[in-house]
Amino acid sequence: MSGLIFNLFIFVLASFIGFELISKVPPTLHTPLMSGANAISGITIIGAVVVAGQVESEIAQIIGFCAIVFATINVVGGFMVTDRMLEMFKKKD
Amino acid sequence: MSHFLPSGIQNMLPDIIQLVYLLATGIFIIGIKRLGSPATARSGNQLAALGMFIGIVVTLFDQQIISFDYIIGGILLGSAIGAFAAKKVEMTAMPEMVAIFNGFGGGASALVAWGELSRVADPTILAGQDLVTIGLSILIGSITFTGSFIAFGKLQGFISGNPVTFSGQNFFNALLTIVSLVLVGWLAFDPANQLIFWILFGIALLLGMMTVLPIGGADMPVVISLLNSYSGLAASMAGFVINNNLLIISGALVGAAGLILTNIMCKAMNRTLGNVLFGAFGGDNSDSGGPAADTDKTVRETTAQDVALQCAYADKVVITPGYGLAVAQAQHVLKEVVDKLEKKGVEVKYGIHPVAGRMPGHMNVLLAEADVPYDQLYDMDQINPEFKSTDVVLVIGANDVVNPTAKTTKGSPIYGMPILDVDEAKRTIVFKRSLSPGFAGIDNPLFYVETNQMFFGDAKETLQDLSQALNEV
Repeated sequence: MSGLIFNLFIFVLASFIGFELISKVPPTLHTPLMSGANAISGITIIGAVVVAGQVESEIAQIIGFCAIVFATINVVGGFMVTDRMLEMFKKKD
Repeated sequence: MSHFLPSGIQNMLPDIIQLVYLLATGIFIIGIKRLGSPATARSGNQLAALGMFIGIVVTLFDQQIISFDYIIGGILLGSAIGAFAAKKVEMTAMPEMVAIFNGFGGGASALVAWGELSRVADPTILAGQDLVTIGLSILIGSITFTGSFIAFGKLQGFISGNPVTFSGQNFFNALLTIVSLVLVGWLAFDPANQLIFWILFGIALLLGMMTVLPIGGADMPVVISLLNSYSGLAASMAGFVINNNLLIISGALVGAAGLILTNIMCKAMNRTLGNVLFGAFGGDNSDSGGPAADTDKTVRETTAQDVALQCAYADKVVITPGYGLAVAQAQHVLKEVVDKLEKKGVEVKYGIHPVAGRMPGHMNVLLAEADVPYDQLYDMDQINPEFKSTDVVLVIGANDVVNPTAKTTKGSPIYGMPILDVDEAKRTIVFKRSLSPGFAGIDNPLFYVETNQMFFGDAKETLQDLSQALNEV
């Protein structure tokens, strides 16, 4: 099995897990869910770190640097704003 | 960073990194699962953040990584910007915030693919399938990037919220899509050709703009959900490019989340996704409305004192807030009114329509900010059976979501949209500035029925008057 096909298997199975996990989320939480999921999509920062940390090409390093900045804004901002929202959700006492 | 480690561990390092990625994947899945219930959601988000942190730290031990200057600089700069934005943003501006973060995520994925392509001196040594994933990653990432910024502009109002259309638009966009896919294939055969690469990049950026421009401002919640899905897909594609399962899985999870939310929003507006994307419907300022109100219909106007009396002596009051409430910044006064009613022994519930606010679940966040407990907020499906036994419904800053023509009038543009059945209650009181129609430009017959009263004025001022009046009941 080639790498691409193996990766495709993983992608499809993970999508199914995603549908199962998220289809039960109540509407109350849809905004935090979206911004939390948004932060997770910043996982691409790992790819950015690899590109910025290699030394084969200076141009690639600079591209990687931009990618890190973009992805970090997504990750840090996303998790923090989600936390800010969820902090406000309180049960009636 | 790997050279700090003893050589025995260095040899095992690639496997250790993969195992830690597996751990991070598990943490993400548990985190998302915990995001599904209000009681555990905060810890779920924190878990996901921990998973991300672990993933990033272990990546620093990757043997390909030799220089750390750009990494440290980029992370510091990005964290500062992200943290500042997250602290400062108003809760009413969450849709803009999510849109712009989406754009950055998508852009980052496109840049990763570009970086992977440009780090090799001779791209022809790359396998064809790697080049295809690089091309697709650049395509999806760029579409997400520019599409999100157009959506942001429309929400902010510096790009017209009305659909921007021209004849042959759908054909033009279809053509762009086909050309871009052809270019992805071409790049795989001729990776050293810089021109092909730049044309692909340019068309992908253009395609992102062109697909969002024709969509009306009122449909932006759907677009943001969809772009959220794209940003996940883009991260997944970047994972294909660098052969990293953590990226593929996390991206797929986000892609699924975005699709589900997109579907929920479409259902709540009774539209198909195709209609939202290609229908050029619904600008955010309704000038298509025709006459604002029919003069021969009678409207019963009421006063703060009267509303206070009716509510104070009711057994059960339901409040159906719309985005107008948030625009008037009246959530806190509303909470004050509700507290006073509860002290008088009235049962108060909030009925929230799925598209109240400007993104899925937005109204819940805005009310949570005003300290309204989440177990007092009821979804449309939960609250609809209760209206029959409700004495008074206060409709505040909402219009289309309580418009009975959605159930009764076949020709109405909102016909078939699920609504809050407030007309079944014994009494409705609509808080509204005037009789003007909502974004869909449709007159609301609820205003003229015998059981309805209108309380005209700015939501904040009328609620303040009501709160005052309740002191005297």
